[in-house]
Amino acid sequence: MNTARELDATWADAPGWRGWIATVDHKRIGRRYLVTAFVFFIMGGILALVMRTQLAYPNGHVVGPDRYNQLFSMHGSSMMFLFAVPVMEAVAVYIVPLMCGTRNIAFPRLNAFSYWIYLFGGIMIYAAFFLNVGPETGWFSYVPLAGPQFSPGKRTDFWAQMITFTEVAALAVAIELIVTILKMRAPGMTLARMPLFLWSMLVTSFMVVFAMPAVMLASSFLIMDRLVGTHYYNAAEGGDPLLWQHLFWFFGHPEVYIIFLPALGMVSSITQTFARRPVFGRLALVVSLVATGFLAFGLWVHHMFATGLPRMGNSFYTAASMMIALPSGVQIFCWMVTLGTGRPKFSTPLLFVIGFFITFVLGGLTGVMQASVPLDLQLHDTYFVVAHFHYVLIGGSVFPLFGAFFYWFPKFTGKALNETAGKWTFWLFFTGFNVTFFPMHIAGLQGMPRRVYTYPGDMGWGLWNLMSTAGSYLIAISMLVFIVNVVRTLRSRETAAENPWDAPDLEWAAASPPAKYNFAAVPVVTSDTPLWTERDALGALSGLRDDRPEVLITSAVEAAPQIRWGMPSPSVWPLVTALGLTVMFVWSIFTPWGIVWGAIPFAIGATVWFWPKRSQPGLESES
Amino acid sequence: MRPLRITGDIGGLPDHAFGPASLGWWGTVGFMLIEGMAFLLAAGAYFYLMSDESTWPPGGQPPSLLYGTLFTALAVLSEAPNVWLSRRTHAGDVRAIRIGLWIMVAIGVALMVIRGFEFGALNVRWHDNAYGSILWALMLMHTVHIATDLYDTVVLAVIVALHAPDSRKRSDVADNVMYWHFVVVTWLAIYVLVYLLPGHAK
Repeated sequence: MNTARELDATWADAPGWRGWIATVDHKRIGRRYLVTAFVFFIMGGILALVMRTQLAYPNGHVVGPDRYNQLFSMHGSSMMFLFAVPVMEAVAVYIVPLMCGTRNIAFPRLNAFSYWIYLFGGIMIYAAFFLNVGPETGWFSYVPLAGPQFSPGKRTDFWAQMITFTEVAALAVAIELIVTILKMRAPGMTLARMPLFLWSMLVTSFMVVFAMPAVMLASSFLIMDRLVGTHYYNAAEGGDPLLWQHLFWFFGHPEVYIIFLPALGMVSSITQTFARRPVFGRLALVVSLVATGFLAFGLWVHHMFATGLPRMGNSFYTAASMMIALPSGVQIFCWMVTLGTGRPKFSTPLLFVIGFFITFVLGGLTGVMQASVPLDLQLHDTYFVVAHFHYVLIGGSVFPLFGAFFYWFPKFTGKALNETAGKWTFWLFFTGFNVTFFPMHIAGLQGMPRRVYTYPGDMGWGLWNLMSTAGSYLIAISMLVFIVNVVRTLRSRETAAENPWDAPDLEWAAASPPAKYNFAAVPVVTSDTPLWTERDALGALSGLRDDRPEVLITSAVEAAPQIRWGMPSPSVWPLVTALGLTVMFVWSIFTPWGIVWGAIPFAIGATVWFWPKRSQPGLESES
Repeated sequence: MRPLRITGDIGGLPDHAFGPASLGWWGTVGFMLIEGMAFLLAAGAYFYLMSDESTWPPGGQPPSLLYGTLFTALAVLSEAPNVWLSRRTHAGDVRAIRIGLWIMVAIGVALMVIRGFEFGALNVRWHDNAYGSILWALMLMHTVHIATDLYDTVVLAVIVALHAPDSRKRSDVADNVMYWHFVVVTWLAIYVLVYLLPGHAK
């Protein structure tokens, strides 16, 4: 037991608040990320409830048009930038190192930094919203509406810098995940045996790397047009408003899959565990994930059919948009075969997965419909589109996410959520979701445009809107049940079994919740379902040092041991650096000199952060 | 917790490496990918804006070539000491690492000075038209890379001057060398966009 005690001391944070702000433990940061993202989800949801209340009846006057603009802009921006991407990365930050069988995430201080930047960006945009300088031009902030002429003041500048904050955080986590997955897998976990959740996060992270720079560039150009008089989007001086749309959707379409692919990985994990058999069609699933990742970059123009592009271009993007339905279809069939030939156990996580099948397929079908240009021109900017993307985003991501939350909750906390309350959450959410969003298809077909703050009584949209509003309250009730369930479970003393679902992946080989160092020795993997293959004891390698934080680096394809790698100790400097960068970003909203002066505290923070650490010297310097 | 049965030992493995076995290398490559993508997209925006115009530049003078060409020549020549530094780093030659880093610092400073003159020789301001905006964007993006690499090299040079570099620091120096390759190669593409296409493309 001496080893365990020494490891505990080596990997421990300082007690109290100092440890809290300096931690580089992926589990603490992952939990923090999860809670923060969930808070933004609730905030975005409350904004949606206000909008639904406004739209419940014709000629509503709960809010006025200006406030309504800010409401839907904040709702979309919160859900996409502050909830959907961060929450998927949050789960990955917690689960990926455990599933790889390693002791921490790659670049742990960068991980801490990314969380702080994300938190500060979210706080900034909500502070701006409450001060009545919240974004007002929608989550995709089209120019010229978002340009200096039609969106004066600082509202759009806050939005543009919120993008910079969240994308810096997302890019940092993407690099950490790529490196953790490629270089820190347990020996024997070849790419061929790698769990599908790791595959999905690997593909997602590469997509983040290639997609996110586009939106950072686009929003930087926007803020420059507004602040220093550049003309990127100003047609009068040779600029082009469509450049914004190209850059934005070059990010924005892959973004949908960046949110969706992690969910597919979660679905594979849950399906496999609850069907109690290895997932059917592993190779087909991996190929589909990779194919989706590639195809996602060839679709962005289907958001721009209404802008009058060349006909040839339209045909190409129609074909590409229909084609991406193929890998999604392949995956759905693989999971259905897995469930059909297994011995499925219908616990809450699996219910959410089945809810995903139904809603996502419906959303996919309306997606294929809109890939056709003539129909798209009819439906463009109507509530039909709102219905479609909520079916794919909530259906494709939020259902699997809740499934995953129930599935991994015992891993996070050592306690299992209440099943009855879980089933209530599922049925209320599933019903509420469909009652909210299905009628929007009809309202859209009847011509109701998106983003109107009210509508006259004689349009005939009243019934559908009232239904949607009722459904949204049902979703709110399901969330209340969920929150009460989480709080009560956390307060109870009842602990869950170590591996309550008898799941096959490595994260369940660690204790629940895991020790600070995750694994006392480096596990060795001999199959793609290691805990089912090795029921008694898992093979492992000794030799990592106990007296300093070390992990094993393995080769990218075969996961053969290469070197031992010293990891950094806890540090407050990622937080200080994030504060410096925050000063720089917020200052730059008001003057370009903010970039220059703000760079100084940022550079100082980063320098101290990277200064040589005692925890890491090469062994030769000690001998 | 599944019991672990020890089947082998990795205590004899080294705790440092150059290249893809080291995490520092992967981090550097990751950031090169992100920044390379940003350059690629900015170049895409450049061609997109160019396609809207009948002449390029749309009125006015193309950039004067002197300083930009001088910058390019020095950037290409800087690869000689850079590659030398890389080889001496792999060989573990502490004296050469110390000298090489300061040589690279001097080159970075010289390049920043020339860069200052370049902005004056572009013959367009960022607020004149979209052509000016995208030219300045490409130049500024690249200048930020020179500045960050210069700063990074100064910090490394100071660290190495204070403590003899251990194996981990040597691999950091090697990664810094690789990053400089990236800064030089991206410049060659931007040089074509900023200096050679205006006046010749249309």
